[in-house]
Amino acid sequence: MHRTLAARLIAGVALISLTLAACSSGGGASVAPSTGGGSSPAASAGSGEKGTVNIAINPWVGAEANVAVAKVLLEQLGYTVKATSLAEEIAWPGFETGEIDVILENWGHPDLEKTYITDKKVAQDAGPNGVTGIIGWYVPEWLAIKYPDITDSNNLNKYAELFKTSESGDLGQFLASDPTFVTNDEALIKNLGLNYKAVYSGSEAATITAFQTATEQEKPLIGYFYDPQWLHSKIKLVQVKLPEYTAGCDADPKAVACDYPLYTLNKIVATSFVENGGDAYTLVKNFKWTNADQNLVADYITNEGMTADEAGAKWVADNEAVWSAWMPAS
Amino acid sequence: MTAVSVPSAMRLDQRQDKRLLLLVLAAIATLLYLAFAGQWTLPHDEEYPLFATLNGVKAWVDENRESIILVGVIREGVGGLVGAFENAIGLLGWPGVLATTAALAVVFGGWRLALGTVLGMASIGLLGLWTEGMQTLAQMLAAVVIALAVGIPLGIVAGRSQRFLAFVTPVLDVMQIMPTFAYLAPLTLLFSIGISSATIATLIYAIPPAIRITALGIRTVPDASVEAARSLGSTRFQVLTKVQLPLARRTIGIGVNQTIMMALSMVVITAVIGAPGLGASVLRALQQVNVGQAFQAGLAIVILAIVLDRLTDQAGQWMDPRFRRADATKSRRRLLYLGALGAVVVAAIGARSLEDPATFPDTLKLSLVVPVNDLAKWITTNFGEGTAAIKDAVSVGVLNPLEGVLTDAPWWLVVGAVLAIGWAISGRRAAVISSVCLILVVLLGLWEHGMQTLASVLIATGLTLALGGILGVLSARNDTFRTILRPFLDAAQTLPAFVYLIPAVALFSPSRFTAIMAALVYAIPPVIRLVDAGIRAVPVTVMEAATAAGTTSFQLLWKVQLPLSRRALLVAANQGIVMVLAMVVVGALVGAGALGYDVIVGFSQGEDFGKGLAAGTALVLLGIMLDRITQGAGGRPSTGGARAG
Repeated sequence: MHRTLAARLIAGVALISLTLAACSSGGGASVAPSTGGGSSPAASAGSGEKGTVNIAINPWVGAEANVAVAKVLLEQLGYTVKATSLAEEIAWPGFETGEIDVILENWGHPDLEKTYITDKKVAQDAGPNGVTGIIGWYVPEWLAIKYPDITDSNNLNKYAELFKTSESGDLGQFLASDPTFVTNDEALIKNLGLNYKAVYSGSEAATITAFQTATEQEKPLIGYFYDPQWLHSKIKLVQVKLPEYTAGCDADPKAVACDYPLYTLNKIVATSFVENGGDAYTLVKNFKWTNADQNLVADYITNEGMTADEAGAKWVADNEAVWSAWMPAS
Repeated sequence: MTAVSVPSAMRLDQRQDKRLLLLVLAAIATLLYLAFAGQWTLPHDEEYPLFATLNGVKAWVDENRESIILVGVIREGVGGLVGAFENAIGLLGWPGVLATTAALAVVFGGWRLALGTVLGMASIGLLGLWTEGMQTLAQMLAAVVIALAVGIPLGIVAGRSQRFLAFVTPVLDVMQIMPTFAYLAPLTLLFSIGISSATIATLIYAIPPAIRITALGIRTVPDASVEAARSLGSTRFQVLTKVQLPLARRTIGIGVNQTIMMALSMVVITAVIGAPGLGASVLRALQQVNVGQAFQAGLAIVILAIVLDRLTDQAGQWMDPRFRRADATKSRRRLLYLGALGAVVVAAIGARSLEDPATFPDTLKLSLVVPVNDLAKWITTNFGEGTAAIKDAVSVGVLNPLEGVLTDAPWWLVVGAVLAIGWAISGRRAAVISSVCLILVVLLGLWEHGMQTLASVLIATGLTLALGGILGVLSARNDTFRTILRPFLDAAQTLPAFVYLIPAVALFSPSRFTAIMAALVYAIPPVIRLVDAGIRAVPVTVMEAATAAGTTSFQLLWKVQLPLSRRALLVAANQGIVMVLAMVVVGALVGAGALGYDVIVGFSQGEDFGKGLAAGTALVLLGIMLDRITQGAGGRPSTGGARAG
């Protein structure tokens, strides 16, 4: 007599569910169940532990560096840190659901700020993180040495031929980047009357690879890039001069004909975290370092083969003078 | 005699008529193109009103998520299941996990399988990725359990009811072709950031093959067997449990297997919304443009895939009494089960005595980061010049002209051409469906981007079929070549595309051609396998007869093997197209632009969500169009394809 398949399936499913039930009620498990749902209390001061702080790691190494350092310090204060790698567009709604308490580096998202800070009031600006964001047009250093006047946008038309690729037809190719970033490149090309076509690399990794190849193999390339970025510690890029930025010159996205502004990068926190975060909130609010600090930690992670935790611990060990000012008075 | 020959003569006449008609149509189309090129085109319009309307979808989800009760239940249930698997794995510790793998492998397959799977799992630990690997494993197990619990019953219903199948097929098409990025943001609003949403995204992609292949299995049970059971007075339920299910077991086994592979292909994408594990490691390596590190994490995913693949494959056979090893008596078998269970318990208890059983010891470590990075560097510095020339030749010679024709032609002419081609290959019904799909792309306001994507997809498919066809033929005619090729095909299918995107960009710079190459890598394995299988299935007697008649090796291939494997070749074409389409969004990450880029922008910029959703829908429509045009030729139902991580 052999059992039927159905009976076996039922038996199997029953067995699995029993095992799982037994395991999940077993207690003392080393991995915590990670159901995020609902409004988990933000850093609610527990009895022995001080609670959990949920930090978003946005998808660039600088953001990882910020979180690595903040994590070490928060743990010193007795908090548990849950850091989650997330796209910005996914992280912001987390302020409302209670899944995210802190974003340590915000590159100006007016639409998200309006929705979650102004309208819903579930998030707040926690001040600058000390890092200044520079966005601009860049070329590899060898190109700037070979053609010194290439670093002025007024002379770019002369060199359009140099930048022609299979993607740009008769025009010069301007390598635009990842769609996550703030960009005015298409409007700039049009309004400055340049014989270029914006070609979207589609991702940060593709842009970085393109600049690396352009440097190593001396291939002409001009494109959108920014600072702080760990690539600057590996290869030299030179910024191209665009017409100077003046307040409001970028008000109409279609009429932009000026450089990008400097971005004062800021921290965003959940309103509930401001109210209940205690010492953790004080630390986050005080967190403020420099481009050089961030680049150093990013360099540890990218080029020195350290994990983010190791990099954060090393920086904290070496820079007490900087971070001691962030710690809450006890 | 005449009664037989008349219809066949008529068929020949009709075929000639059809061919003539097609020639005339092609001539008319050319003339119309020459007359109207550049008119009735639909240039891309960023401000197309539909995009803003579709933005409302996300806002609606945001406003109503609390009122949809079922959502909360699903979120908690799915999250709980993943948590339970994580707990179970944590409780077992690494010794327990290895012992469980070994025990399952011994029971299902034997000692050799056990050795292989344990080595595989241990190598994940040796690569220093144990914790991440176990997180991914827990998510995969949860997703697969749910996918099968939902998919197999639905597949059984679809296998027994034509009407249900007809209803569910387009839904499954949408689930498989709609790019995940197009709905990831509202998904996290509903099911929260992290594991629940990640698992549900995985399910959307992994359930369709479970349903489709189960239905196929039930349907391919010979009618005679079902009739026989009925005539003996079996009830419908008895026919199902005693005849259809047992006979469909092997096919359902393939369905289980495919479900696991599909789920694994989602590992990297779900990391974008906060799912921890190997996918997150790949993404982090990508931010650092560290090919070696990405490869290492990708390799761990491939190893997990192979271990799960072999285990489920053997489990399927084990469940089938016909394949049971004859030598094992009942008592010996019982002893084996008890021994296996005992080993797991002992290992799990032993693990408790370790300080931290969930962390793999790092005394022995294996790192591939440096050698892989060196290799990638060597390849890109030495082949950069040649590859750039190939890219330029294909782009200027083929891609630009095709893109030009498709975007310059009046939109109605393209729709008309699709109607004619669809009719010629797959009949009236397919022709109507395909052209309606194309008209919907017009209405979505994404004509120009749609045509640009179509041009790249067609060229990628052409290259895939040409190269896959050649390699498939070689593999069918030479066993050594086939053996060498096999591990490469396994890797190409399961290694997340993100791993090889960076070297691809270094070789070809960000461009449409780079995307075409990435699609080629991903889509070529099934084409090679299907061509190989098709040629190998040509009966030996036919081959011998041909050889005896003095045909040369080439003639044998051209006149006998290829024509006789026509059906398999058409299936290969169809699969190739579906797989290439699945890579459109990934291709946009390396410069493909067009629809894929619209989808990514929609994900990354809230204001463009509507455009992304529209672009995702346009991709689905193009996919259905190409699928319907080609599937009729093989005379087989669509089984859908896979998509990269």
